[in-house]
Amino acid sequence: MRALTVKGIRIDDTFAEAFGMRATAVIITADSVRWARQAALSMTGFATSVIGCGAEAGIDRALPPKETPDGRPGVRVLLFAVSTAELQKQLQARVGQCVLTSPGSACYAGLDGEEALRLGNALRYFGDGWQIAKRLGSKRYWRLPVMDGEFVCEATTGLTKQAVGGGNLLIMGRSVHTALAAAEAAAAAIAAVPDVIAPFPGGIVRSGSKVGSKYKGVIASTNDAYCPTLRGAVKTALDDDVGAVLEIVIDGLTSDAVEAAMRAGLAAILRLGPKRGAVRVGAGNYGGKLGPHHYHLRDLLP
Amino acid sequence: MSPLVLTLRQAPDQRLDLSPLLPHLLAGRTAAEIEKLALQTTRTPATVGDLFRLRMGDAARIRIEGAHERLDRIGHAMTDGEIVVEGDVGAQAGRLMRGGSLVIRGSAGPWAGSAMVGGRLEILRDAGDHLGGPFAGETVGMRGGAIVVRGRAGSRAADRMRRGTIVVEGPCGPYAGSRMIAGTLVLLRRAGPLPGYLMKRGTIVLGAGCDGLSPTFIDCGVHALVAMRLLSDFVAPLSRRAGASLRAPLRRYAGDMAVLGKGEIFVGTGS
Repeated sequence: MRALTVKGIRIDDTFAEAFGMRATAVIITADSVRWARQAALSMTGFATSVIGCGAEAGIDRALPPKETPDGRPGVRVLLFAVSTAELQKQLQARVGQCVLTSPGSACYAGLDGEEALRLGNALRYFGDGWQIAKRLGSKRYWRLPVMDGEFVCEATTGLTKQAVGGGNLLIMGRSVHTALAAAEAAAAAIAAVPDVIAPFPGGIVRSGSKVGSKYKGVIASTNDAYCPTLRGAVKTALDDDVGAVLEIVIDGLTSDAVEAAMRAGLAAILRLGPKRGAVRVGAGNYGGKLGPHHYHLRDLLP
Repeated sequence: MSPLVLTLRQAPDQRLDLSPLLPHLLAGRTAAEIEKLALQTTRTPATVGDLFRLRMGDAARIRIEGAHERLDRIGHAMTDGEIVVEGDVGAQAGRLMRGGSLVIRGSAGPWAGSAMVGGRLEILRDAGDHLGGPFAGETVGMRGGAIVVRGRAGSRAADRMRRGTIVVEGPCGPYAGSRMIAGTLVLLRRAGPLPGYLMKRGTIVLGAGCDGLSPTFIDCGVHALVAMRLLSDFVAPLSRRAGASLRAPLRRYAGDMAVLGKGEIFVGTGS
């Protein structure tokens, strides 16, 4: 299936297969960048995969004071789930436990969606009757008295049904170090792309999975074809010069955003070159029958 | 296209009802049709043609020149477009207004913006009593939109207000924000006695204090709240000074404890 070699790196003639998801975005602000980011990190901490976390979430980008509703430093967080109901549940739980609780925080809608999800409307009851609604123009905010003052939270945020989850790159290096260097370069490039997140730790996942398992009730298990230690024991997908594989998974608010992110990641890997980085790049799919979005690597080359 | 201009020929000898002169009511009408509109409030007939010199133009932008305090109900229930009045007007300017923009380049009489629902009313000089307030028997006053008064306002501004924003840049009479249900009232200069009298919810900001706060308002300390930043940004386009006044830490009084007590009065710490 190998089609071409670009700058000494082998690019598989394959595609990433991605799925439709429901997504929302919120803007978290605080008195300092540090505390805005802290609240966002807590909210997105255990949100790597919908398989075990219920949602996939991450920081889209930092927002300077000029771009936030209250003129304080902020960050925009994206949250993805498989259904509207689950997204609502995750949003409420995560903002309620991780943003409401964070010193000096405030939370606003980060997306004008076709439908609305309850944000402050769901959290207002924490105010125990002391909550105050304030409508300013078309926006409605809830003010909840808390121990450091007030938690301000917009009543709703937008929902999009155009979101895509599961764009990916499989980055293969001679060693763990070179694979990681390439993955880090790709993750950094993807972080700069708007409207996407890479939900795994630092944007990188080392335990890529396949569907199903030999064990009953386990829905995903290790991707043995890409495990270098099983090279001789299973029908491997690895070449002799590949010593380690890392994956980057990408969720975006639109298919175009996912495509842009994969393009940026691939470009960064090629820039680093095969000596310091990856010797081969692939992508994960299920034969193209499960997900409606296909991103062919050869179409994404710079 | 230039605006449709109505110039008052002379001081009217009766109070006039200008409520038919709205952008959406005049759209598509000819000059002859407009001149036949009746504006009288007594048995003596008075049409637009009798009272005003009409210069046709875009009916979405109406300009009334040489106005008089007998011109009542200007912009009554207007829905869109723009009306600009050069001079003073009578009672009920912008009452029940739903949208669009009404600018009075002079003073307005009582009940300006009464029970307004949406849109924007700007009064460059003074407003009379009951700014935005309900008529006797109505349970709710202003329900949305924004009012800005560059001069002073009379008594009971924002009476029974339910939603929306009122900014008064000059001094304000007694009982400002009386019986407020919700909404926002920002007063830059000193207010008369008993602001927020029997208010249930809502926010009143007194930039320069008042002549006596009811003892049923309870001091809750000085705070610099995020909500005030949002409010500051929201009112700044209406009144730059009002926006700036909300940037400083403010003392919060909760009240009126004689009723529900979920309202609040913010007072500048310098006053």
